[in-house]
Amino acid sequence: MSEKQFFDEMWGRDAELRPPYQRFQNWFEGEDIARLRAKQREAEEVFRLTGITFNVYGRAEAEERLIPFDIIPRIISGREWQRLSRGIEQRVRAINAFLHDIYHRQEIVKAGRIPEQAISRNDAFLPQMIGVEPPGGIYTHIVGIDLVRTGDDQFYVLEDNARTPSGVSYMLENRETMLQMFPELFSQNRVQPVQSYPADLRRSLASCAPNGSDSPTVAVLTPGIYNSAYFEHAFLADQMGVELVEGNDLRVVDGKVAMRTTQGYQPIDVLYRRVDDDYLDPLNFNPDSALGIPGIMDVYRAGRITIANAPGTGIADDKAIYSYMPEIVEFYTGEKALLENVPTWRCAEPDALAYVLDHLSELVVKEVHGSGGYGMLIGPAATRKDLAEFRKKLMARPGNYIAQPTLSLSTVPIFTRNGLAPRHVDLRPFVLVGPNGINITPGGLTRVALKKGSLVVNSSQGGGTKDTWVLED
Amino acid sequence: MLGKTANGLFWMYRSLERAENTSRLVETGQRIALTRLESSDGEWLSIMQTAGVADGFLERHDEVTKEAAIDWMLRARDNPSSVLSAISAARQNARLVRTALTHDVWEAMNRCYMQVRERLARKVNERDLPAVIDMIKQHTALVRGTTQGTMLRNDIFNFARIGTYLERADNIARILDVKYYVLLPSVNSVGSSIDNVQWETILRAVSARGGFRMVHGNQACSVDIARFLILDRRMPRSLRFSITKIRDNLEYLASDYGLRHPCHAQVDTLMRRFMSHDIDSIFEYGLHEYLQDILAALAALGHQIEIDYRFYE
Repeated sequence: MSEKQFFDEMWGRDAELRPPYQRFQNWFEGEDIARLRAKQREAEEVFRLTGITFNVYGRAEAEERLIPFDIIPRIISGREWQRLSRGIEQRVRAINAFLHDIYHRQEIVKAGRIPEQAISRNDAFLPQMIGVEPPGGIYTHIVGIDLVRTGDDQFYVLEDNARTPSGVSYMLENRETMLQMFPELFSQNRVQPVQSYPADLRRSLASCAPNGSDSPTVAVLTPGIYNSAYFEHAFLADQMGVELVEGNDLRVVDGKVAMRTTQGYQPIDVLYRRVDDDYLDPLNFNPDSALGIPGIMDVYRAGRITIANAPGTGIADDKAIYSYMPEIVEFYTGEKALLENVPTWRCAEPDALAYVLDHLSELVVKEVHGSGGYGMLIGPAATRKDLAEFRKKLMARPGNYIAQPTLSLSTVPIFTRNGLAPRHVDLRPFVLVGPNGINITPGGLTRVALKKGSLVVNSSQGGGTKDTWVLED
Repeated sequence: MLGKTANGLFWMYRSLERAENTSRLVETGQRIALTRLESSDGEWLSIMQTAGVADGFLERHDEVTKEAAIDWMLRARDNPSSVLSAISAARQNARLVRTALTHDVWEAMNRCYMQVRERLARKVNERDLPAVIDMIKQHTALVRGTTQGTMLRNDIFNFARIGTYLERADNIARILDVKYYVLLPSVNSVGSSIDNVQWETILRAVSARGGFRMVHGNQACSVDIARFLILDRRMPRSLRFSITKIRDNLEYLASDYGLRHPCHAQVDTLMRRFMSHDIDSIFEYGLHEYLQDILAALAALGHQIEIDYRFYE
């Protein structure tokens, strides 16, 4: 019985309309399906014109694709959100404390809560960051926490994104599009606004500038126009009113990182970088990188630039470390974690590996360092051949994998040719961290698997997005 | 502003201007072909010369046909000055400088690219040619219009204008140079029908037919045309008009930044050297030599601007 198996955020488990969707449903009942179909097409046209596209890796230059947008909002009540945001804030504080500890005294290792090799043998651990004090004491200025829901009050953290979380431009453009197309919905529902994100981001970044620069210069660093998220980089720079730079616009001048302008080199105080650690500094990291700024790490260590997020934060969102998050939260906050982790088997441990091999067809197996839904196995959906092949990979490099139970992800209706139909979703709220506090934008990015029954929401695998509403109760 | 952004703006508008010029030349070529009885294939070669794309064409084709010439100028990916290539380059640069453009300009540019790419995805047949040319003109005009109507008059705008007018000046000088021999005052050919066609080509190629008629009526002589296209102050596609715009925009930059560069001296020299004589002295000097000198000076100026405003590392 599929109605019972999955929790639907609009209709619950028993086809009884849930309160946050009340007004929406009233509106929807009065709508003409043909008009909505036209609206759906109109929305796509808006996205195409605005150039809200992503580049597909490994394809020709011309390949810019739209992420499909679904016009049915995902609605969360104010009460639900409050609970969630407390959990998110606690988790983000713990992540920052963890990063500081890992790159300094490593108390958590000494206390035996995390095995030493989980850090020292981890590729995401950056020895260059040991003993470095990031300006303002902040490691993860921008965090995206991926959440899934399985029941009325049941949320799990699926993944922490502590490096360079993307997708916030979709959160903003989705809302902008909905405002344009369905203004009446926003008169009928009190939806908490998200539009202040770019201003908040700029303020938060500026508050982390090296020792109190008065009006710090902020810039966004992009790998360039061929990067899959280039649109978002340009969008954020534009919305914040700051320069969008590439590595070859920057160099170290007089002990500061500076950008080449039409009037000479101008120093930068805060660099919101959207490039990976490896491509940050060819002198300190990847010597083959053409993207980085030679010497930026020396400037950073001298405390003369803020890099957001700090290099080496990947150690906190690594999937192997993820399994220790309940311990990490408790260790640094002294409280039990408010948000639950998905139970996780670390295949590096022999008992866990044995269990995973025995139950492969029931589990989701992920690469420890993977992202974007690549290289994962979804047991229940896999063919016998897939399973056999994956078993080989798993046995060859068990330390490379973790396994989790297949969650019964909640569904939210999408608009199809025949009206509403449930599809699985996840949620990525965006969190800003500064010395003056933590700011969580109400809502976030809802990703939705457009294929019936599919659990994979990644845009690279055919997922779409929705506007996410948090109601003012 | 980033040097890279200045570079992107410069090339975005240069490419856009080039796309317009190329499509106008195709239109001119087609018009001549339709209004003459004898074969016009030779005229297509000369049209491609004025667009500066004849060499690339001849490398890849054994003979000049109307169909091949139109396709080369409109759609060829390996012709960097084809309308499709130029619009793609303009849009690529627009993406690069997205933060410097208003929403309206970006959207007009993006729409222009999407429409042109769609219409030029396949060979354009003769029946559709007027509509396609119209579509290209309309969309490039929309980018130009939103630029005029929504962009702040600051350094961003200045670099956009410098790109536009450098390309335009270069284009006019090239058109005149390819046809300079028909403009030379000579007694026996004046008034012959061949010449009328040639003159018309020139005037149409720079959208100057209407303007010229307003000023000179239908009693055209070649010297008038040369004067009009080189020295007229009111004609937006004359050399003087374009070079004056380049100088003005460089001057705005100098006063905005409080700094003069070698390119400022260069553009002043360019004005003095080429714009302070009357048309008779230019003919006396040699029209071809004069145009060659201007083309070289424009190229040098473009290069100096790149250096002075740090377009590249």
